[in-house]
Amino acid sequence: MGTFITFPELLLWLPLLIALGCFFIKKESVTKSFALLGSLLVLAIAIVSLSYTSAAFKTYNDVNYIWLSHIGTSFYLSLEGAGRLLALLTAVCFPIIFISTYKNSYKNANAFYGLMMLSQCGLMGVFVAKDALVFYFFWELALIPVYFLCSRWGGEKSIQATFKFFVYTFTGSLLMLTGIIYVYLHTGTRAFEDGTIAQHSFALQSFYNTTLTAGEQGWLFWLFFVAFAIKMPVFPFHSWQPDTYDQSPTSVTMVLSGIMVKMGLFGVIRWLIPVFPLAIPKVTTLVMVLCIAGIIYASCIAMVQDNLKKLVAYSSIAHIGLMCAAVFAMNEIALQGVMIQMFNHGINIIGLWIVIDIIEKQTGIKNMSQLGGIAQKAPALTIMLVVIAFANIALPLTNAFVGEFMLFTGVFKYSLWMAVISGTSVILAGVYTLNMLQKVLYGNTNAVTENMKDISLNQKLGLGLIVVMVFIFGIYPQPMIELTKTAVSVLVSK
Amino acid sequence: MNAILLTAVWGVVMMFSGVFIKSKTAPKYLAIAGIIIIFIANLLELNAFGIGVLHVNIDTKEMLNISSFNLSFLAVVFACTLLFFLLSGSDIEKVGDDVSEYFGLIFFVLCGVSLVSTYNTLLLLFIGIEILSIPLYILTGSDKRNLKSNEAALKYFLMGAFSTGILLMGIAFIYGGNNNGSFYINNLEMGEGPMPAMIAVGLVFMVIALSFKVSAAPFHFWTPDVYDGAPTVFTSFMSTIVKVAGFFAFVRLFENAFGKVQPQWQNLIVFITVLTLLIGNVTAVFQQSVKRMLAYSSIAQAGFMMLAVFALNNTAKEGLVLYAAAYSIATIGIFAVLIKMNDYTIDGFNGLAKTQPQLALCTTVFLLSLTGIPLTGGFMSKFFMLSAAAETGTRFWLIIVAVLFAAISAYYYFRVIQAMYFKEATTVVIDEKEITRGFKITLAIAAVLIIAIGIYPEFIIGWMYH
Repeated sequence: MGTFITFPELLLWLPLLIALGCFFIKKESVTKSFALLGSLLVLAIAIVSLSYTSAAFKTYNDVNYIWLSHIGTSFYLSLEGAGRLLALLTAVCFPIIFISTYKNSYKNANAFYGLMMLSQCGLMGVFVAKDALVFYFFWELALIPVYFLCSRWGGEKSIQATFKFFVYTFTGSLLMLTGIIYVYLHTGTRAFEDGTIAQHSFALQSFYNTTLTAGEQGWLFWLFFVAFAIKMPVFPFHSWQPDTYDQSPTSVTMVLSGIMVKMGLFGVIRWLIPVFPLAIPKVTTLVMVLCIAGIIYASCIAMVQDNLKKLVAYSSIAHIGLMCAAVFAMNEIALQGVMIQMFNHGINIIGLWIVIDIIEKQTGIKNMSQLGGIAQKAPALTIMLVVIAFANIALPLTNAFVGEFMLFTGVFKYSLWMAVISGTSVILAGVYTLNMLQKVLYGNTNAVTENMKDISLNQKLGLGLIVVMVFIFGIYPQPMIELTKTAVSVLVSK
Repeated sequence: MNAILLTAVWGVVMMFSGVFIKSKTAPKYLAIAGIIIIFIANLLELNAFGIGVLHVNIDTKEMLNISSFNLSFLAVVFACTLLFFLLSGSDIEKVGDDVSEYFGLIFFVLCGVSLVSTYNTLLLLFIGIEILSIPLYILTGSDKRNLKSNEAALKYFLMGAFSTGILLMGIAFIYGGNNNGSFYINNLEMGEGPMPAMIAVGLVFMVIALSFKVSAAPFHFWTPDVYDGAPTVFTSFMSTIVKVAGFFAFVRLFENAFGKVQPQWQNLIVFITVLTLLIGNVTAVFQQSVKRMLAYSSIAQAGFMMLAVFALNNTAKEGLVLYAAAYSIATIGIFAVLIKMNDYTIDGFNGLAKTQPQLALCTTVFLLSLTGIPLTGGFMSKFFMLSAAAETGTRFWLIIVAVLFAAISAYYYFRVIQAMYFKEATTVVIDEKEITRGFKITLAIAAVLIIAIGIYPEFIIGWMYH
């Protein structure tokens, strides 16, 4: 209604255009600055869109193209709730990634940046889609550029590692597709503006309104959940993750761990729990036990890791496991915590990866036991790493504290025992994170770290932004809570 | 009607052109002109341009049933053949000396395809299948001095003759068993309740014979050897256009003749579907030669197309036409690239992205489509097939099995992508001179078509409701 272009369209098509532009630029330096400027533009749009959140601005946030109406689907995009938060996260992360890896050089840089922007487009699509088929489209499409990025620019074992990742997620997605088809065939008719009336409907709202029996919902739940669990990943579907994180180029690992794993949580929040409300009470305990087993298991493995990248990977499994458990606790504070923590975890883990990338680029080593004494050589790096590491343990005043506190409160409300057991993960996180700090930063320098230089301006800028966000959202998380309040209350009332 | 007549006439024209035209390249252009004329004539009959139906009208005593559904399928077939000629026409010239005959035989095959997609009696089904098969036996053996080609042709001919016999026997049983004593597939009266024994036997024979033609397991054993032994250009044609035509005949027969007793034979089809998916996908994983891998992949894809026979509803029919288009275009494209390669093994594709980035990109699109990644026609067609099978409301596990096998298929398709993009070339992978600008452009058009089908399949489905 008079709106020329809406926010979800901008957030979706702009990265696509930038990606296509990247492919045609020959010079590496030009590509880099083009991609960076483009991602900043996307960020600017995402920030502007924050001031149009109220219901009065619906026409700015909703768009519906006619597409395949005879089978009951349309290209329905909407920026709201958890999707808005994650779209914001996506928009925030890409510039940070580009800034902090600005000095890295890649073979065929134009293809690299083009694929990066394509993956941003795919992710945005997942977060704004309000139609099951569109959602599935982007769910798969986000994977393809990442597959190429990891395999082509990754470490020597990256082809196998990435392929494992691909097959895992592809299998999960296909199972979800069968689930989508089943639910679709049990939806009511859908009328379109152009007069077409389809027998069934792919719209999210129609999915919410289906009348599936509890038995059907019970097994459909697992078809969807497996896809989401693989993406997160939740124990026992996690085995692709450490290898992939280890072998991928770091900027891609940041996308994977910072944003892509949130696709799984987002799927659970938007496409799983509200669609199968009758299945939830039956499966909650099992899912939560899986999650909590994963938390403890991953934390324990993280403690004995020497490889920095794998340590962060396992620590991420633990954090995500906690978020997933909290989602299924299904109370307001837990869900609120999940929303906040999805964002915070994305920021923090990207910070960790940036630091690891700096260390690895300078020394060529990613094993903690061979490092040491970096604090003497690179004080700025040390300060940044310490702050981010503290955020990883969820110390008060950092952003993760707010989130994890709410998560634990939520789990506690569901079950005391589960809260106690998952609570030990904070202690374990302290153990492995502080151990890492000690081994990497302190002690005496050795032959490897002797020539370590402090971080350059672009890295300071990238890490600085993250540190600032760690503190801002640690001290004043209110805006984020406000942003997702309605989404949470809708979810809880289901 | 236009298509049947014109394909037959053009086949004869091509045959005789060999006598009068000595140039080796001329037949290709004549064939391309022919297929364009046939394609347009077919579209005219479909009234695709909105100027009224233009067609040759011959009273066939309803032995042919021409509907938009059939014609839209034929339109897909002719479009794919046009693409095939444009991409691989110059490779047909390299097979041997009798170029015009090869093209003539292809037109006869197309005549058979037109018959099997419009038949209304069992007799025409039989004639159509024979017209379609016999030229193929010759084409398979057209590389006369190659032992493998000879072996393949003989194998194909013997097995084909055998299956033809079974088909004929099946037809005889059905003719004798139905109460009307009719050959017309929509007029077979078989009473209420369980099928009479004669009909049931006939039906099983028909399933066997048609499964053979579409290389569905367990009647697929000829496929890898024949596809591998035949000259690669003809493998491309056989595994795409001919195969989907077989499916079309399959679906038409079961929909019209046995649609009412669907519950009685559905288990048989389910068995064949699962077995085809299993054997095709699992065996393809172990292949080192891309040509053989594509042969098994065509079996695997046949498993998916069997879902249309299983479901037999409108979605299945839409899905089959889409599948025919998406699968044929992608496979023809991959074969067109494969023919240009010096080495047919997967390692032969190593580093193709470095030397021929555009070719590699198009091949990737085709492979992604065969895997069934969204945004490609392969996804849409698989999606329609799965929806159709789910719509029947029975055996939901079948589609879960189908997608699990689709996940396996990612393994072997992606090996080629990995070779092209992530591995270094050891030798010269492709002859630069072979790759003309026209070839690249046509290949790019094929890739764009695949994506167009993936985004907006209605431009093909729309034909069906003219």
